[in-house]
Amino acid sequence: MRRFSLSSLLTESLKGHRGWGRQWRDPQPKPAYDVVIVGGGGHGLATAYYLATVHGITNVAVLEKGWIGGGNTGRNTTIIRSNYLYDESAALYEHALKLWEGLSQELNYNVMFSQRGVLMLAHNLHDVQSFKRHVYANRLNGIDNEWLTKEECKEFCPPIDISGSLRYPVLGGALQRRAGTARHDAVAWGYARGADARGVDIIQNCEVKGIRRDASGAAIGVETTRGYIGAKRIGVVAAGHTSTVMAMADVQMPLESYPLQALVSEPVKPVFPCVVMSNAVHAYISQSDKGELVIGAGTDQYTSYSQQGGLHITTHTLDAICEVFPQFTRMRMLRSWGGIVDVTPDRSPIIGKTPVENLFVNCGWGTGGFKATPGSGHVFAHTLATGTPHAINAPFTLDRFRTGRLIDEAAAAAVAH
Amino acid sequence: MLLIACPYCGNRPETEFRCGGQAHIARPTDPGALSDEQWAQHLFVRSNPRGVHAERWNHVHGCGRWFNARRDTVSDRFIETYKMGETPKSQDSNSTLSTSTQAEARA
Amino acid sequence: MAQPFRLSRGGRIDRTRPVRFTFNGRTVEGFHGDSVASALLANGIHLVGRSFKYHRPRGILSHGPDEPSALLSVDRGPGRIDPNNRASVVEARDGLKTLSQNHWPSLEHDIGAVNDLLSPVFVAGFYYKTFMWPRKFWDKVYEPFIRAAAGLGKAPAVADPDRYANRHAHCDVLVVGAGPAGLSAALAAARTGKRVILADEGPEPGGALLHDVTAEIDGRPAAEWLSATLAELDSRENVILLPRTTAFGYYNHNHVALAERVTDHLPSPGTAPRERLWQVRAGEVVLAGGSHERPLVFADNDRPGILLAESVRVFVNRYGVAPGRRIVFATSGASAYAAALDAKAAGLAVTLVDLRTESECGPELARLKAAGVEVLTGHTVIGAKGTKRVTGLIVAPVDRAGRCGAHRVLECDCVGMSGGWTPAVHLFSQSRGKLAYDERLDAFLPGTSAQAERSAGASKGTYDLAACLQEGFAAGAAAAGSDERKSFTASPTLTGFKPVRAMPTDADPTKVRAFVDFQNDVTAKDIKLAVREGFHSIEHVKRYTTTGMATDQGKTSNMNALGIVAGQLDKTLPGVGTTTFRPPYTPVTFGTLVGPARHALFDPIRTTPIHEWAEEHGALFENVALWRRAWYFPKSGEDLHAAVARECEAVRKGVGIFDASTLGKIEVVGPDAAEFMNRIYVNPWLKLEVGRCRYGLMLKEDGYILDDGVVARIAPDCFHVTTTTGGAPRVLAHMEDYLQTEWPDLKVFLTSTTEQWAVIALQGPKARAVIAPLVDGIDLSPEAFPHMAMRQGTICGVPTRLFRVSFTGELGFEINVPSDHARAVWEAIWEAGQQHGITPYGTETMHVLRAEKGYIIIGQETDGTVTPDDVGLAGMIAKAKKDFVGKRSLARPDVVATGRKQLVGLVTDDPKLVLDEGAQIVDDPAQPIPMRMLGHVTSSYWSPNCGRSIAMALVADGRALQGGPLHVTTPEGFARVTVVDPVFFDPKGERIHA
Repeated sequence: MRRFSLSSLLTESLKGHRGWGRQWRDPQPKPAYDVVIVGGGGHGLATAYYLATVHGITNVAVLEKGWIGGGNTGRNTTIIRSNYLYDESAALYEHALKLWEGLSQELNYNVMFSQRGVLMLAHNLHDVQSFKRHVYANRLNGIDNEWLTKEECKEFCPPIDISGSLRYPVLGGALQRRAGTARHDAVAWGYARGADARGVDIIQNCEVKGIRRDASGAAIGVETTRGYIGAKRIGVVAAGHTSTVMAMADVQMPLESYPLQALVSEPVKPVFPCVVMSNAVHAYISQSDKGELVIGAGTDQYTSYSQQGGLHITTHTLDAICEVFPQFTRMRMLRSWGGIVDVTPDRSPIIGKTPVENLFVNCGWGTGGFKATPGSGHVFAHTLATGTPHAINAPFTLDRFRTGRLIDEAAAAAVAH
Repeated sequence: MLLIACPYCGNRPETEFRCGGQAHIARPTDPGALSDEQWAQHLFVRSNPRGVHAERWNHVHGCGRWFNARRDTVSDRFIETYKMGETPKSQDSNSTLSTSTQAEARA
Repeated sequence: MAQPFRLSRGGRIDRTRPVRFTFNGRTVEGFHGDSVASALLANGIHLVGRSFKYHRPRGILSHGPDEPSALLSVDRGPGRIDPNNRASVVEARDGLKTLSQNHWPSLEHDIGAVNDLLSPVFVAGFYYKTFMWPRKFWDKVYEPFIRAAAGLGKAPAVADPDRYANRHAHCDVLVVGAGPAGLSAALAAARTGKRVILADEGPEPGGALLHDVTAEIDGRPAAEWLSATLAELDSRENVILLPRTTAFGYYNHNHVALAERVTDHLPSPGTAPRERLWQVRAGEVVLAGGSHERPLVFADNDRPGILLAESVRVFVNRYGVAPGRRIVFATSGASAYAAALDAKAAGLAVTLVDLRTESECGPELARLKAAGVEVLTGHTVIGAKGTKRVTGLIVAPVDRAGRCGAHRVLECDCVGMSGGWTPAVHLFSQSRGKLAYDERLDAFLPGTSAQAERSAGASKGTYDLAACLQEGFAAGAAAAGSDERKSFTASPTLTGFKPVRAMPTDADPTKVRAFVDFQNDVTAKDIKLAVREGFHSIEHVKRYTTTGMATDQGKTSNMNALGIVAGQLDKTLPGVGTTTFRPPYTPVTFGTLVGPARHALFDPIRTTPIHEWAEEHGALFENVALWRRAWYFPKSGEDLHAAVARECEAVRKGVGIFDASTLGKIEVVGPDAAEFMNRIYVNPWLKLEVGRCRYGLMLKEDGYILDDGVVARIAPDCFHVTTTTGGAPRVLAHMEDYLQTEWPDLKVFLTSTTEQWAVIALQGPKARAVIAPLVDGIDLSPEAFPHMAMRQGTICGVPTRLFRVSFTGELGFEINVPSDHARAVWEAIWEAGQQHGITPYGTETMHVLRAEKGYIIIGQETDGTVTPDDVGLAGMIAKAKKDFVGKRSLARPDVVATGRKQLVGLVTDDPKLVLDEGAQIVDDPAQPIPMRMLGHVTSSYWSPNCGRSIAMALVADGRALQGGPLHVTTPEGFARVTVVDPVFFDPKGERIHA
């Protein structure tokens, strides 16, 4: 792997950048691998990377039906935070956040992780109580999160309107200063480059069409558009398409796939210093390094694989943005798009074993998967390498829907995530 | 925004409706007789198909009636809507699609 | 001299109506009908901005919505300043102030231009390779620097004084684009009598007919056909013609969104909205959005003065402006010849350079030569001369192998370039139609439709005028259900081009900067670098280089970028893929999308019939779901705590009056009503006597509490159900769902009566005395009318369902009266209560009083993960019932396991300390982090009646911890508390039966 640095960049700039090679190879699939990962998004690529770096397992293929990072990895609003309520979620997302903090250096790829703070606004007394519950729980879990008065919110993020004229006036907010955003595409590319350099085969335009099982029912490989590929273990990390892939092994999942929309404005000079989430009025907003306001909307109400939702979802989100940030009505929407998010009944992920031997799954991240990318890959790699879950993903079993041991952050706090 | 044909009112915009998820999941007559596994299956497991999907809709800001629909989750095109208790007309014409999706899935 | 580059004649501008605006403080004069771009060009102003990354001087490239470079900040008065306006689409009007962007200290002298010298370093994706050390420097040093450099204009700094409107519309046929194809389509559709909407983004319908001054249609000048057609459309009542209206989004089921710009072109907006969003549900859609011209990719092709060839033609013909006096057209196709002919006819010096050989050209060659224009066929463009304005074009003959001959500099002050045409398939692609690549036209064309739409004209790759008219007419007729056809005769259009990705050159490719995406400063070299680094999908190339991601979304650049990638990989264009087009077609203001939905119109505000009375009596309000509820009634000088203390005391010692009208109410009626109730609630209902009430608890199927409320049996087949304020809609939906879909055999009707019944809660020892004189037909004595009974009679002559219930632990009544009479009844009670010291109280006091009694509030003690047993209400569950909604889930392993959080009371060691709601609870505050949390405080108040603070909490196995110490987080640390029963006042419950 050609190391990226200022000096290599300067050296190349004198040579017309002719010396840069491929960031990852374009290999032909081998007949078999120790581990096959289905899905070349951030989570799948991170899994491959940590299999190679932490567990020394490099005979690994990542199969991507399109191009890597082309699904939800490249379609989200890049918010990263760990101020979750329950111990299980807090541990998972904090694990990820700690990995984010060193990720550019670890990957030798600038993923532009920017700890500019995520501020969640409270608009009613119920929000206030709920956010304080989070703040206190986070404190006891060693996760930073603090309560701000509305005046402190305004000071931290000047575009917020804290006057009483709002339909739901801002009463205060919870701020996680270590939270922030990252450059989503770079995360996929950085993990791909790092995994590739250690021998992982990243195989694009390779769609899985079936899962082959032996007489005992154990999974032994995948049928793909590029032929059969054997595998000792298979990890399905297919986000919105998980139900479809798991059905190939006759496993029905507690998942539904919804369109999730987002949009950006035209680029402007720095005007928005942090990330603001406002659950009571359904809006997330930050400003990218390119200058665009990046705005997240909610999901549509019906399942769909179309990557397209209704205009009313967009307008409702912008209603909220312009309500809280009245100076933005003359800004213009430049581009809107949709992803397909896989949602579990408790809106927490499933990371672990399945009823089929040698088949593992990492799914159900709903609207909040990007922030978990490094942590998710790290613990899933552990699960695939050892055959047993890491302590952090142990609670996130498929079995919890049978026992009732749900991890329902949204129900607990009415906080979307 | 979808345009949905309420079997009672005709075409109306999606904002008048609430989607109730997968259709034709009958509530067990004796839930107490089910194992935890079976109950979890009933409560949580969904087919989530990529293709034709039978789902429930409620014309909540209209006549208030629940009805069923068959919709393609890839194109979002409605194949038909029908009243609760009715059998969809399009079952046969679409069985090819659903079968092939399943066959694909099992290959 | 004003407007030195205004031609002496021609154009659709009104020379009798001058307009004046400013550009960077300098007054610019133009005419009514000018765009800002055409007026600037009329005054010889080409340098209008600096590019995103390299701060290169940039001019005006285009005349239309695809303009990538000429982006201005426009100031229309206080609060009406916004960035990134395309000079080509902003209409010139008096008083506008326009400003160039992205430079310091000035447009002419921009320090940022040093980036241009550093361009060898600042290649595509360079930032992924550096800025990583030291680690802390990214968000403290590098990123702020990058962010300050990025972004073009400045966001508005203050709230927008303009208003925006929304409109929904239905039509049989929506036609997008009022060029020849669209007009013809609208005409055909309109003549069938169907409802037609014709939307066009320009200020004047006509499209290319507005600048094609030589064309004839059916034997008369095209302009005449245009006015006749517009007159006919205008005269038809079934046609809505919307100029300045961009169809920007094509959504599911023919839902098309249009943005109409209503006032920006007017000197004074008056009271009209600035912009209007049209949400059109169309039976059929005809897409006739035209096409976009491709620039040529050669070194320094971004110099001010280098325009698209057709744009030169537009400025000359439509605006009567010479973008230059000596114009070189550079092309690989025929359409630029028409531009050259018109420029020549306008008296400008013209030369044309064509990459094609003579034999590859069509009739255009002879026509241009006949007009006396020098034509260099078989020539490539090596580069441009000049920095802030083009001064010459370097051209050279090129052979079949791409070898260049001797350079020659064609001196000029303007270049019109054309690399061919790209149909505007944006809306078609948004509609999820499948694009098909047409090799002959080198374009992606509408292929398989996914919705009820059809394309016509240039957006379908049809460029010939007569063909456009015929195709449009047929499309319009077909969309209206007619098979009528009409043939047109028109002057033949010069069409056809040879696709060229980057112009052949003999220069060192590492030194050449030939721009593909002008706004994002992406060069052909950048795209090649991306391919070299393994980014082979066009989506990867876009994301890595940012090509096509600027405010024009690649309208001028996508095909060139795609072609370069395909060339590098030796693949066909479709082999590299085309990007998916996403809404909006052109940028749309947030204001348009939001419309009036702000403040009071953001969400409906629900108020009760008592609301005005509460306002008149000084109440402060809180938002609860959509409702405004009286929060407390401060007397002068009182804060929340003082007011609540007074209100609490008044209820316990005398009588308080409370507006409970927001409680949800549902009438459950029918022979099977009791059976239905039995299945929905955990409680038993079959034996509840008429005239009696019961506290009902309702679960979701997963076993967690959904809602609660008092229910009265009005008749054997009728229940009056109450729900929480916020829960009413979901409870009704939940009930309807089960009734209609699971138990359609039950004969039951459900009716929301929330708005029909107002509820006046009268609570306190003197409550009976207050209402006694007002009530008729009901024996109020404790024996005849015990706690949890309901009687019907009249109060103040108004029919009432009078509940003897209490959420305070005091003797109390909830007086249900028809909403229309509520205020009168309330005031009568208020009057009658004066002698008893009646006190109005709000939700805060209600919360304190119920907490003193340990009554739960759904959403406060419960949160969607709480079972009846968790909050100590397992006793409500009817043991004999085999089934009810949620019952099976209560038997799941984790729900019956120990360790669940249970409702308890907490009292602090320090009686004055009021805990924070949401505070977490531990047994050992000295343990290391992460600590084991046992639960959290759900409710916490100062209790005036207990004379101390009280709290309720959910604590793991809490009921077993009674009497034991625990520790609760405070802002400073921890507070020690003792676990107690959650009933703090009148534990025996005697007062309620008074």
